[in-house]
Amino acid sequence: MDVPDRVVATPGAVTLIRALRTRHGPLMFHQSGGCCDGSAPMCYPRGEFKAGHSDLFLGDLDGEPFFIGAKQYDVWGHTQLIVDVVEGRGAGFSLEAPTGMRFLAKARVFTREERDLLATQRLLHGDEVELALVTAGG
Amino acid sequence: MTVYKAPHTSGAKVKFESRYQNYIGGAFKAPRKEQYFENISPVNGKPFCEVARSTAEDVEAALDAAHRAAPAWGKTAPAKRAEILNKIADRMEQNLEMLALVETWDNGKPIRETLAADLPLAIDHFRYFASCIRAQEGTCAELDDNTVAYHFKEPLGVIAQIIPWNFPLLMAAWKLAPALAAGNAVVLKPAEQTPAGISVWAHLVGDLLPPGVLNIVHGFGVEAGKPLASSDRVAKVAFTGETTTGRLIMQYASENIVPVTLELGGKSPNLFFADIFDKSDDYADKAMEGFAMFALNQGEVCTCPSRALVDKKILGQFRERAVERVKNHAVPGNPLDTDTTVGAQASKDQLEKILSYIDIGKKEGAEVLLGGARAELEGDLAGGYYVQPTIFSGDNRMRVFQEEIFGPVVSMTSFDGFDDAIQIANDTLYGLGAGVWTRDGNTAYRAGRAIQAGRVWTNCYHLYPAHAAFGGYKQSGMGRETHAMMLNHYQQTKNLLVSYDPKPMGFF
Repeated sequence: MDVPDRVVATPGAVTLIRALRTRHGPLMFHQSGGCCDGSAPMCYPRGEFKAGHSDLFLGDLDGEPFFIGAKQYDVWGHTQLIVDVVEGRGAGFSLEAPTGMRFLAKARVFTREERDLLATQRLLHGDEVELALVTAGG
Repeated sequence: MTVYKAPHTSGAKVKFESRYQNYIGGAFKAPRKEQYFENISPVNGKPFCEVARSTAEDVEAALDAAHRAAPAWGKTAPAKRAEILNKIADRMEQNLEMLALVETWDNGKPIRETLAADLPLAIDHFRYFASCIRAQEGTCAELDDNTVAYHFKEPLGVIAQIIPWNFPLLMAAWKLAPALAAGNAVVLKPAEQTPAGISVWAHLVGDLLPPGVLNIVHGFGVEAGKPLASSDRVAKVAFTGETTTGRLIMQYASENIVPVTLELGGKSPNLFFADIFDKSDDYADKAMEGFAMFALNQGEVCTCPSRALVDKKILGQFRERAVERVKNHAVPGNPLDTDTTVGAQASKDQLEKILSYIDIGKKEGAEVLLGGARAELEGDLAGGYYVQPTIFSGDNRMRVFQEEIFGPVVSMTSFDGFDDAIQIANDTLYGLGAGVWTRDGNTAYRAGRAIQAGRVWTNCYHLYPAHAAFGGYKQSGMGRETHAMMLNHYQQTKNLLVSYDPKPMGFF
């Protein structure tokens, strides 16, 4: 069994990501928490948000990196994040808001076997991947 | 019981304009790109007006107007500024019912709450800061016989404010009243989910302020909020919202070296010690009401008491009474009916997010004691965004205990003794609000001091009076609103260090 992805995108989310990339260039995601539009993934032009040592790199959505605060991941890590889209209106400075669609983080609980596999991987911090991504993403 | 007529129906107390513009320099102005977005009422899921979809050009125009107005406003006598704030409050009070209905239609919350809480609190907020600014004094210190340090309070200049959609007018009042009282000009970006109430309000009170002192720019965060928050022409940014945007705003502010105040939400614990049930009296009843407060404003409150921590000695009885209480007293219904206690969630995506969290809670193995699904209302309300108040029972490390759902969802768990209660209460990323319920004053005091949160309601919950400081510990943000100390967040300190010694120092 392969190590499962920590974050995945639904087909609808991939379609929206591609449309946003055509318009805005390379992208990035950061999982928000807290009030109002919190608990939603935020999508920015690549490099707009400074992912730092306090963040973890969870993987990519159609090639676009996805970060989450390390402390938040402590309590989210037992679930796989499934990024979907719903009709919606606004949310911080996330790029998709004017399209009338909104990214939404759904979830599924990892099995014990999956969690054991995930525990064998060390996650990179935001400051460890940022430069490589900027170089790769152009 | 009164059921208000829906806006635009015969005999309604509110008729919205078909289109709302930006408010810049004392006039309503179309956005430069002449784009608009539809504003939807969560009551029925239908659009009811269009609103300016602004861009950086509109933000710049608003900043121009604010910079023109700020110097004179900053030098306007505090008594005069206070008089204007009081007039704003008076005019809101004269139109309270109309504004309450506007707010209900824009946000979806029950009219009972806008009539009894949102509007009266917003009105009082202007009066409170009118009083504070008149009473504020600088200081002077006599450093020695010849040397005096004077400290004057000066306005910062032009302030950017970005406010949320859960209490649109009240959050505007929380931000605007201290900033304006302190002598600043403001550019305000309302939430795109609830732009109508603030527009109606600006039509109502705009003429009371000199042109340019208050500017309102509507639109989406990425198109209007970002140019405002990242502008090098603002002296301070105030924001209420979520953590990622809060960090981004700090990042922009670091580029401009300007201060920020941030209110970023929480996951507030509500602690119930065993002695609440020592007697069956009004107090026990009040404590259960305190539990049910998670459903207030449909749970769309940064301090929603969304984690109920219950002494294991009373858990069985508590669960029973809690379910009974919520089942009977927190039922989604027509927001225009004064008997309704739970209205609509503010937007479609908010509804979806809440439902996805309910789903996560179930998958994590939390037990659903009540609710757990969308509330399907009938007739005109069928398209609205309603959720059944939901009670989960589970473990504090579950995600439904750790993330702000911003819906009528509470997660209940038990504790074993005082230390365990405090450990669970503080096992969270956030620290905005908390509740403590006990008949024992010593326990209440010790718990209140031990919980890492900016406000600990003790034998009460969800009171928001002016003159009690509100703000967060940990990831809940920084700054303290709703108190005179907020003036400091909108002011510079000028020190004049003066020598009255006629003789030289003798150094050179």
